[in-house]
Amino acid sequence: MPWTEGYSVMRTAPVNKIIPFSNVDGPSNRMAIFFQECPFNCRFCHNPETINMCNNCGDCIRTCPVNALSLKEGKVVWDKDVCVGCDTCIKTCTHNASPKITMMSVDEVLEQVKRVAPYIAGITLSGGECTLRKDFIIELFPKVKEMGLTTLLDSNGYLDFEKESEILEYCDGVMLDVKAYKKDFSDWLIRYPNEVILKNLHYLLSVGKLEEVRTIIFPDRDKENTETVTYVAGVIQDKCRYKIIRYRQFGVRDEHRKELGDLTTDEDYALSFVGLAKSLGASKAMLI
Amino acid sequence: MSEALNIVKDPTLTYNQELIALAKLGENSDDTIVFSDEYYKAKEAGALCDLGEGKMPYRPRYICPDYDLLFEKGCDFLGLEPPKDLLEAVNALEIFYRHVPSVTTFPVYLGDLDKLLEPFVLKEDRDFAKKVLRLFLLQIDKVLTDSFVHADIGPEDSVTGRLLLELTEEMQLAIPNLTLKYDPEKTSDDFALACVRCMLKSAKPSFANHRMFVKEWGENYAIASCYNGLLKAGGGFTLPRLRLYECSLTAKDVDDFLERELPRYIDLQLEYMDKKVKFCVEEASFFKANFLVTEGFVKQENFTGMFGVVGLAECVNHLLGIEDKKKGFGMNKEATDLGLRIMDVIDKRVSEHVAPYCDATGHRYRLHAQVGIDTDGMDDSPGTRIPIFAEPTMLEQLETNEKFHPYFPTGTGDIFKFEETYEKTPEAILPIIKGSLSRGLRYFSGYLENCDVVRVTGYLVKKSEIEKLKAKKQSLNNVTVFGKGAQEGAHALDRRIQRHEDSTGQ
Repeated sequence: MPWTEGYSVMRTAPVNKIIPFSNVDGPSNRMAIFFQECPFNCRFCHNPETINMCNNCGDCIRTCPVNALSLKEGKVVWDKDVCVGCDTCIKTCTHNASPKITMMSVDEVLEQVKRVAPYIAGITLSGGECTLRKDFIIELFPKVKEMGLTTLLDSNGYLDFEKESEILEYCDGVMLDVKAYKKDFSDWLIRYPNEVILKNLHYLLSVGKLEEVRTIIFPDRDKENTETVTYVAGVIQDKCRYKIIRYRQFGVRDEHRKELGDLTTDEDYALSFVGLAKSLGASKAMLI
Repeated sequence: MSEALNIVKDPTLTYNQELIALAKLGENSDDTIVFSDEYYKAKEAGALCDLGEGKMPYRPRYICPDYDLLFEKGCDFLGLEPPKDLLEAVNALEIFYRHVPSVTTFPVYLGDLDKLLEPFVLKEDRDFAKKVLRLFLLQIDKVLTDSFVHADIGPEDSVTGRLLLELTEEMQLAIPNLTLKYDPEKTSDDFALACVRCMLKSAKPSFANHRMFVKEWGENYAIASCYNGLLKAGGGFTLPRLRLYECSLTAKDVDDFLERELPRYIDLQLEYMDKKVKFCVEEASFFKANFLVTEGFVKQENFTGMFGVVGLAECVNHLLGIEDKKKGFGMNKEATDLGLRIMDVIDKRVSEHVAPYCDATGHRYRLHAQVGIDTDGMDDSPGTRIPIFAEPTMLEQLETNEKFHPYFPTGTGDIFKFEETYEKTPEAILPIIKGSLSRGLRYFSGYLENCDVVRVTGYLVKKSEIEKLKAKKQSLNNVTVFGKGAQEGAHALDRRIQRHEDSTGQ
């Protein structure tokens, strides 16, 4: 018998922010919870401060204009009541992290969900990469379902869902990013192998848990855009939504903006990939 | 220059607007109704306000005729037979509207249009019915030129309701104001969603908490003017308001306000209301000779007095010495709780007062959260709303509203401005409305940030019409000038925009 038997384990997870009413993180009105930390390091990432956990270097403490940050027992502590939300700390950080993270227990998150429950259809967990908090989610989701709410994961496909299928038991669906089909492009773009992502695409579809797929269209990358959209559309057909998203330069790190372009993908150009996806049978393709 | 000469020489007034202003001047030349010295003193100080009601109530302020009766029996005075088809029905209504008085001179309640017209619409080809309704709405916008003209639909889905929504979105007119009586059991999600779509594009309809109104008034209620709950075949005699911020200025502290000053102002407003109601019923000819009364389209016993309040937020913030609105009413528990204590005092004292002639409301006046007028500036926020520029997240704003809306059977409401992504996701708004109505919200209004037709405080105007007035040109809608004042003085069009990235701290 494991020592935890009969005990309530107080599981916590680092939360970057909670949006009580979101109309863009899945269907209807949803509470969106963003966890900190992501195993990928995508070049186009427009919120790179969510990638790493804070390494407590303290650089941001010195630049905070309102002294909302301090070092206590070697750790950077954020006083949210003093914070004015100017994001100087985020701009200062050279580590792709944020000091404005709250460690929250399952019960604390549930408290927030309960407050918003009358107004929402469900919750969406996002990030960072939410599946890094697999055990937290396995504990959270059944309790959210009890409130009559739906449960969605917004994932980059890092977790092998087939191996870790317990996470899907109380999950209504996964909104999956498929950023690159070809291995060499993926290795460069997200700096992580994409075999598991593609495997997840097939697996989630086969078990009826694929809520939607998203692909970003980059400027001047005909070959890669075409390869990825062609592959995804061929797999999902009319079985789930396919959101085609334009690359936007806002928030992208300077060095990567130089590589990917300091502009937003042309709308008509992006629309041509919606047309491509539809012509290949992905009838629920749309531009966001 | 005399006031009359000012009116006649003003190039921004239409002929009709001049006529109304001159009539008001005539009405106000009479001093038959006399109030106590203390009343006049409080009015002079700005603590009491009669909302331009005029000195002599020669008709009730708001009248909600029984249009079913018109369709059932016709009207002797106007020589109208009961209509037999859609053309006769809209023609009868258009004729009748012209003869329904109000404080604005225009009818403030046009009927539950979907229910009234549905039997006639169903007998016609859809395209023909739509054309007739289009001309009907055009007639209303161009002849009943005042945004307090208000029509209701719902709670059930109907062909007429759908046509009215389609036309409202297509025509982009400020008049009439429109309310959906929403009941989660009677209103289908599909119809409610059609209303949300229409609301985003044209700032109407608003959503009224049907169950709440039915509980207070019975099924036979109307939503009139801005968002006023009243009885059909009845209406509102009078609506003055306490300007709570100004009321708080004479108080030494919170206790002095709650125990002495506030009751004093309440009693002065009750004195005003009693005298206005008595004159209207006993002296004016309306309840004796007007065809609406003699033919039974309205019954005196179905009228009530509306006890208005405005500026609760500023009142509370002043009493607690809070200078930063962002840390005041609606944002901190102490301030919001004081707001509730103030409302309890008002509610109790008004409900203890025996009101003359208010039979249908148990001889009591009913509370109303007044939406403010163009000259209020930033001193008094509408009713119990959180001040503009201090609005918290939509969630927190709704939670505050839900506490205050139940106090106001004769009307209150709040307005939410949505960023453009909501145009593609109207289904994200419906659960918010449903949830909030189930928790005590009375009335929900919304619009998209880029709309031309916008809801100012309770009424609708076109931003393009405000621009006309600014260029010293005339605007057909009598209310555009209020919209201009509220925009310039109270920043009423600068309310917080609901964006998806708005987060709460953890």
